[in-house]
Amino acid sequence: MTSQGPTVAIFATCFNDTMWPEAPRATVTLLERLGCTVVFPREQTCCGQMFTNTGYADEAVPLVRKFVDVFERYEHVVAPSGSCVGSVRDQHAMLARRSGDGGLVTAVEELTPRVLELSEFVVDVLGRTDVGAYFPHRVTYHPTCHSLRMLHVGDRPLRLLREVRGIDLVDLPNATECCGFGGTFAVKNADTSIAMGSDKARHVRETGAEVLVAGDNSCLSHIGGILGRQRSGVRTLHLAQILASTEEDPA
Amino acid sequence: MSTSPADHGAPPTGDVGAGPTAYPDEPAPLQRTSATFLGMPSFQTAAKAALADTQQRRNLAHATATIRGKRAAVVAEVEAWEELRVAGAAAKDEVLHHLPHYLEQLEENLTARGATVHWARDAEEANRIVVGLVQERDADEVVKVKSMATQEIELNEALEAAGIHAWETDLAELIVQLGHDRPSHILVPAIHRNRAEIREIFLREMGEVGRPAPEDLSDEPARLAEAARLHLREKFLRAKVAVSGANFAVADTGTLVVVESEGNGRMCLTLPETLISVVGVEKVLPTFADLGTMLQLLPRSSTGERMNPYTSMWTGVHAGDGPQDVHVVLVDNGRSHVLADPVGRDALRCIRCSACLNVCPVYERAGGHAYGSVYPGPIGAVLNPQLRGTGSDVDKSLPYASSLCGACFEACPVRIDIPALLVHLRTQVVDEASGRSVEALGMKAAAWTFADHRRLEAAQRAATVGGRLLGDRTIRTVPGLGAWAQARDVPTPPKETFRQWWRRTHGDGAGTDGTGTDGTGTDGRTA
Repeated sequence: MTSQGPTVAIFATCFNDTMWPEAPRATVTLLERLGCTVVFPREQTCCGQMFTNTGYADEAVPLVRKFVDVFERYEHVVAPSGSCVGSVRDQHAMLARRSGDGGLVTAVEELTPRVLELSEFVVDVLGRTDVGAYFPHRVTYHPTCHSLRMLHVGDRPLRLLREVRGIDLVDLPNATECCGFGGTFAVKNADTSIAMGSDKARHVRETGAEVLVAGDNSCLSHIGGILGRQRSGVRTLHLAQILASTEEDPA
Repeated sequence: MSTSPADHGAPPTGDVGAGPTAYPDEPAPLQRTSATFLGMPSFQTAAKAALADTQQRRNLAHATATIRGKRAAVVAEVEAWEELRVAGAAAKDEVLHHLPHYLEQLEENLTARGATVHWARDAEEANRIVVGLVQERDADEVVKVKSMATQEIELNEALEAAGIHAWETDLAELIVQLGHDRPSHILVPAIHRNRAEIREIFLREMGEVGRPAPEDLSDEPARLAEAARLHLREKFLRAKVAVSGANFAVADTGTLVVVESEGNGRMCLTLPETLISVVGVEKVLPTFADLGTMLQLLPRSSTGERMNPYTSMWTGVHAGDGPQDVHVVLVDNGRSHVLADPVGRDALRCIRCSACLNVCPVYERAGGHAYGSVYPGPIGAVLNPQLRGTGSDVDKSLPYASSLCGACFEACPVRIDIPALLVHLRTQVVDEASGRSVEALGMKAAAWTFADHRRLEAAQRAATVGGRLLGDRTIRTVPGLGAWAQARDVPTPPKETFRQWWRRTHGDGAGTDGTGTDGTGTDGRTA
């Protein structure tokens, strides 16, 4: 593969790395197909979001430091997760300030604007919407909250999906409403979380789609967990998997 | 249903005495406003019960969707909405950053125009002042304009304890009061009731405290409103004292502003001889011109209207016109404490529009009562733990009563970053617990694992062994994962993690792994 594109450090995210490796794998496949050189800095672990959002800021600060140490040397850092990128771009500076380490604050402010969610990178940096994907299935897209309201990715994922050959892309009713995952909210407020997820799953089923796609496997594990429990016949895929899908190597 | 205190389980605390009603033969029973929110269980516990209330679920889903739609339409037609939000936030921040200055200016201008200003450190002091003012005027009843501040300090309960009837005149507040219920929404306190329930409450309760509802009352909105109007009319015409809050208090003119829809506020603000306004200290605006911003932001965010039907402004006393005895009680009640927190103080920008409630998926399902306060929803989840501290079960749980979806921040007309405040307060709750919980131990263990990628890799090896043993089977129950697995399948761990795959397909040298960080010239490096 000739690579004339930029070198990209992939931030796999701990959740994808451990539980949903298909998403970062598809991200690598896609970015390499688009001419990028992808590197995986092995020392990476976690952005710290679970700690931050549960109130464990002191536990999150070392992970912010680690994130900077691992990624500050790269011009482009890309993650297949709106939520983790949201935490990096929206919360790392706050955590660095809490640590009282001025050097860390500066390093975070310098690095985090370069950390992009996959659709941001492909559309804004690579300038592509047609990524040469093929996926002949009925699909509906859930715009996850952090992609939508923290990162403001807007319609970038939909612009990418619309160009996928063979896709039957249908609108999800009440798409912008939260699915109810919310990290530890899913277990701390399990009843409310399930009530929200059930409504989301109902809207997904209303579309008649066979695949629910989103840019975050955390939300998908929640909605998909409900859809699976219902034996709904709907599967979930990460956006990267559909964009990486080809006739030769289907998702 | 009788309204005698004994029937409601509360000890008779005041001298009920002869009522001021149109039925002088019988002593009027004392209105009992509501149960207090004291001793509320955690949000999780209260929400679990509320989620099972199918009538409330249906009412809330319908009502919030309607208001959401109206708000979205009228906000979309303002091109400079974002600029208005920024200006609104700036006006409130200006006040919060120089609060003593603006409060003194407000007091000076109010006093110069004939009003009497009282200062109250907390709810008890505010209630004592108001009860004292009413008693000094030999009044045994007050008519009330809808006011969050008086609900916060539980003024009705204090008045009732002193034998003074506090008549709520806002239609929804009347429904809540007659139903011996608690408000569940800032703007629409009876949002959890539908019109069939309202009809039943009116038929059962109105006669106990004044003019009864017509026997043939139907649940048509017009008939219900007519019944309320007739019931309230005699109270408006009779009362010597009115109690209000204020949406805004303008420092440079001494003008108080009440924004409302029904006109009941206008009745209370103009007819009685004495007007007592209980105002939180954060309600101050620097200048009259700031109303230009606020009166565009508030109605559109609140009721989803371009402008509300009634906007009343009064500046002290006008001879021969309206109340001649005007009092303003400026209440702190925890606000100085909130102000001391440089992050948390943004919550004091709140103009009580309730847009955040209407867009909140958690509020829509759990309802307002689960928040254990007159301030429910996202703003309540940040305001209550700050005003009351995080000592109680409910206040400890409120910062967690959110999925952090961010819809509240997006809707807030004064740009309060509620998700960021929630995270800030979660940290406060955890810090106060000083690491003495199972959760804290788990978090510390996880943080240890994530501190070094080799520890993470070791943990992942255990997970993938499990994944290989499980194969592709769907997991439907896992010991210890009950909260997740009760309604959701559990993802099966993969047979190979991403980093194992990377090493297999790209090798160790393709990235900057443990041996590759020596500056071998990877062209993506910025340094």
